[in-house]
Amino acid sequence: MTTEEIQQAFASIPGAVLGTVVERGETILEIAPAAIVAVLRELESKQGFERLSGITCVDWYPVEPRFEIVYLLHSIRHNRRLRLKCVVPGTDPQIDSAFEIYRAADWYEREVFDLFGVKFRNHPNLKRILMPDDWEGHPLRKDFPVHGYKYSYQNE
Amino acid sequence: MSDETSVLEQTNAAPESESPTGQAQRRTMTLNMGPQHPSTHGVLRIVLELDGEMIERAEPDIGFLHTGIEKQCETRTWQQVVPLTDRVDYLANLSNNLAYCLAVEKLLQIEIPARAQWLRVMLTELTRLNSHALWLGTSAMDIGAMSMFFYCFRERENILRLFEMFSGQRMMTSYFRVGGVALEPPRGGLQAVRKFIDSLPERIDMFENLLTGNPIWVKRTTGVGVMPVETLLNLGVTGPMIRASGIPWDIRKSEPYSSYEKFDFNVPTKTEGDVFARYLVRVAEMRESVKIVKQALDGIPEGPFQADVQGVVLPDREKMKTQMEALIYHFKIVTEGFKAPVGSVYQAVEAPRGELGYYVVSDGSTRPYRVFMRTPSFGNLIALAPMLEGTPIADSIASLGSLDFVLGDTDR
Repeated sequence: MTTEEIQQAFASIPGAVLGTVVERGETILEIAPAAIVAVLRELESKQGFERLSGITCVDWYPVEPRFEIVYLLHSIRHNRRLRLKCVVPGTDPQIDSAFEIYRAADWYEREVFDLFGVKFRNHPNLKRILMPDDWEGHPLRKDFPVHGYKYSYQNE
Repeated sequence: MSDETSVLEQTNAAPESESPTGQAQRRTMTLNMGPQHPSTHGVLRIVLELDGEMIERAEPDIGFLHTGIEKQCETRTWQQVVPLTDRVDYLANLSNNLAYCLAVEKLLQIEIPARAQWLRVMLTELTRLNSHALWLGTSAMDIGAMSMFFYCFRERENILRLFEMFSGQRMMTSYFRVGGVALEPPRGGLQAVRKFIDSLPERIDMFENLLTGNPIWVKRTTGVGVMPVETLLNLGVTGPMIRASGIPWDIRKSEPYSSYEKFDFNVPTKTEGDVFARYLVRVAEMRESVKIVKQALDGIPEGPFQADVQGVVLPDREKMKTQMEALIYHFKIVTEGFKAPVGSVYQAVEAPRGELGYYVVSDGSTRPYRVFMRTPSFGNLIALAPMLEGTPIADSIASLGSLDFVLGDTDR
């Protein structure tokens, strides 16, 4: 998407787009976390991004804000991709869920919650998906060791 | 449904009981289609709430094969991650290698020589044949056509033998590396591929003879597992399931990589969107893959098999033994690894199961900072619960098979 298209698309949501980067042929927008649902709604309904490829997170510990949530969007009809980034702080990380707009967000947000600890508000079923239900800790955080803690299970 | 009473009490109780308000209550049975099950294609647990044989609610429970591959990627150098990627989708290994190598090459912005690109295309299409043959064999066997399994695995054996010839390994080949391919193809390797691929069209005809006109197969699979394509796209489904529902989206055509634009092939599409259509699409894709491999064999250019980028790709072995700079680069690359520039890259390829994407983040060091694998099976499985609800258990096995997921891909 060109800069003009981006400005036009988000004219109705002021303060949403905090930055634009175009590198290696990819467009990456930095979005304010509070505006993410409005931005996704605009992209899905008006800009033709029918698909959410995935949602993931990057942990920039010890830099604050720590968690950078990445949304990978794709438009089949216009054949283009877009990446959105939202940074949330490390203490009590929360962001609104995209479930109402893209139902694929269901499992991807559960995975981010499971592995990073970021809570998604208004998610219908936010519980662990990959780790066992009684696991303590969030494994993909940078301060979680690769080999794990010995007593992360309750019954060990 | 009551949680407190055991399953046995529920089934022995009267089918309908009166609640205090005098209204009859229906009871559903909770059945665990547990992680160990021959038809769930791996360790997938589905908690089914059944009303007789109809599934009222299905809740998949994944994570049994989660081995923390993404976390391990952060502890290895860029080149050392390649064997880890083999094991993500362990039935289509070279596709994963390709996606990761393309992502890192995009990050480094290096050009891969034509010979390496054509070799990659040829082997990736052999992988697609491999994966589709396995899918066909196992999902037909689940529905009851046992012989298909043996037919398909005979082809798979031949392909695995070819992989062993090229890379030394049958499955976890790690043949593609960042910068090109690991080794020059062996003497007689390309001839062996040609001999195999010449025999394949009549084998695929054999597969179709067994199933396509078979009234039992048609009865079991038509009309099963249909969902509107917009719902499927919204749920995150990709790959042959979308093509069987009418949208001709194939990443090899829309966002070509690794010189796929030079090859002439079709994207088979159907509109019905049921299990039978998905089967026809995958078999047609096998035929297209045969076409692509033949074109690759006919036109493969001569040249180096690795990019000539100092500091990233290992120097020629003979040069390393005689030249000082080559020795130093070799030493640095093997012990430390090469450094990638700061940035992030998302590269998607058309794996046999759908869109396989690698989101790679670099902080400028010799190890990846974050590798996220957008795997097709994870996206396809999100559609499992909506697809199963309201169908009988027998149809659920057919739908499960048509989703073509692999648990290693889902759980990583």
